[in-house]
Amino acid sequence: MARMATTRRVVVSTIGAWFFGFLIFFPILWMVLASFKTELEAFAVPPSFLLFHWTTENYATVQERSDYFHHAMNSIIIAGGSTLIALLIAIPAAWSMAFSPTKRTKDILLWMLSTKMMPPVGVLVPIYLIYKSFGLLDSRIGLVFILCLGNLPIVIWMLFTYFKEIPRDILEAARMDGATIGRELVYVLTPMAIPGLASTLLLNLILAWNEAFWTLNLSTSNAAPLTTFIASYSSPEGLFWAKLSAASTLAIAPILVLGWFSQKQLVRGLTFGAVK
Amino acid sequence: MGQITLQGVQKSFGPVHIIKGADLDIADGSFVVFVGPSGCGKTTLLRLIAGLEDVSGGNILIDGKNVVDTPPAKRGLSMVFQSYALYPHMSVRGNIGFGLKMAGLPKDEINRKVEAAAATLNLTPYLDRKPRELSGGQRQRVAIGRAIVREPKAFLFDEPLSNLDAALRVQMRIEVTRLQKQLGTTAIYVTHDQVEAMTMADKIVVLNGGKIEQYGSPLELYERPANLFVAGFIGSPKMNFVTGELAKQQGAATIGVRPEHLKIERDGAGGWQGTIAVAEHLGSDTFLYVDAGQLGMLTARYIGELSLHAGDRVSLLPDPARIHRFDEAGNALRG
Repeated sequence: MARMATTRRVVVSTIGAWFFGFLIFFPILWMVLASFKTELEAFAVPPSFLLFHWTTENYATVQERSDYFHHAMNSIIIAGGSTLIALLIAIPAAWSMAFSPTKRTKDILLWMLSTKMMPPVGVLVPIYLIYKSFGLLDSRIGLVFILCLGNLPIVIWMLFTYFKEIPRDILEAARMDGATIGRELVYVLTPMAIPGLASTLLLNLILAWNEAFWTLNLSTSNAAPLTTFIASYSSPEGLFWAKLSAASTLAIAPILVLGWFSQKQLVRGLTFGAVK
Repeated sequence: MGQITLQGVQKSFGPVHIIKGADLDIADGSFVVFVGPSGCGKTTLLRLIAGLEDVSGGNILIDGKNVVDTPPAKRGLSMVFQSYALYPHMSVRGNIGFGLKMAGLPKDEINRKVEAAAATLNLTPYLDRKPRELSGGQRQRVAIGRAIVREPKAFLFDEPLSNLDAALRVQMRIEVTRLQKQLGTTAIYVTHDQVEAMTMADKIVVLNGGKIEQYGSPLELYERPANLFVAGFIGSPKMNFVTGELAKQQGAATIGVRPEHLKIERDGAGGWQGTIAVAEHLGSDTFLYVDAGQLGMLTARYIGELSLHAGDRVSLLPDPARIHRFDEAGNALRG
């Protein structure tokens, strides 16, 4: 009896999990499906799920109308560049706060986070003017800079929590074993921090990849990443659902693939320390 | 060689004085235990010797050389941590050999030494496992292996057995003592467990509130405690203290008698009389907690079984030769 109840519970929860999983995944699936429909079918009521005339025409149009690779390259440079610079700044910062904290460390951390509490639109005008006078508008460097600064608090917070999880004793043991600070970093700390570093890198990459406020406002064509590329399809001439979907699918594809292959690492990093 | 001398060593964290001037001479090859209640500064003192904390004052000499400005790695000491502090991403072999690798020894020599250390500690079958695949006792052995393989001047142990269960703790206690004697390396061992201190040490340092209360062999501490604190801390169950008129008769402010030095008499007329509140029968020993009226609660120990029970009247006769006398300040009075 008890076994039957357990089996039933497993079946119910499995179905439930699949249902919610599907629900969360549905918008992405629908977008991908819509990208293979004709414009007419894309907003047909009732919508057809799979039995429509499959076409890749939208992708061809999108590539023809706006240069996908140009935007994708910008996205890679902006997201990758801002992530790398953020990590370079955040690693030593989080390291020092985790391993030699002072009375004010907690305050500094909170202060860093407080910058994320301000809506970005509040500083749009001053930032825009500063960028204008420094000639940073529509430049990759400008976008790298602003996204790096925007995500830095989160990167530092994440790394700080990962580093905090590393027992001090182990670093001291390495020191007793004769390791210099450099060797301690290479042989002991980095291998232990890799899951944390990897998930921070991935999360920041995703955040920077999808960041739309600053990229839309501070770039037009030269430095425009994929977010701008998508936005250009919600144009005044009316919504083209199929083309918008094709553009969006193209825009999220690289990050989706990256996320898919690194999901194990990502989950491990995000739950690091939760399970001993 | 591993002679360690402390000269007026002090440590403060901000306004808090943790170590208030420690002087100590640790002979080469001896096993010294730092013991004291939690917060007494014993771990801090060990970390100062290791170099993991900087001294606020005083000198630490290893083989006559002042090392206060020497980084931990250069002091030639090795340490076993309470949490074992094994490198989780390295195999047992990697863990034990890490110090040798850092010292730049050739690979085959590292392997030879690691295997020798593993053999001493019965770790040979586990050399290629990761720490998470080992039991608590095995992890502890790896931590010890990491310490011995470097042939240090001295071992520093920071409560290494406190995470093990009781049976394993006794076994490891014997193993550590035997290993230390076999290697003849100086060892400093921190514990709050006075049984560990008494059984393992050649000499014990009793610490309290950042001060060294007494430094001597286990039996010296037991037989001639320097003050009330040491008298109460060493020995289990605790020494009985009596103040007031009875102490004055002996020319002291306080007198102390160990439970095992109280002779127990049923319905006796002399001595200190009272009613048994609790009687513990262990077979090998009988512990009586006696409510002795004005004298307070007294503990008496009888070797073997004694069929007395709660509520029985007894009189306790202290062995006159074993009465410890203390002055107002709590220091022992001799003679």
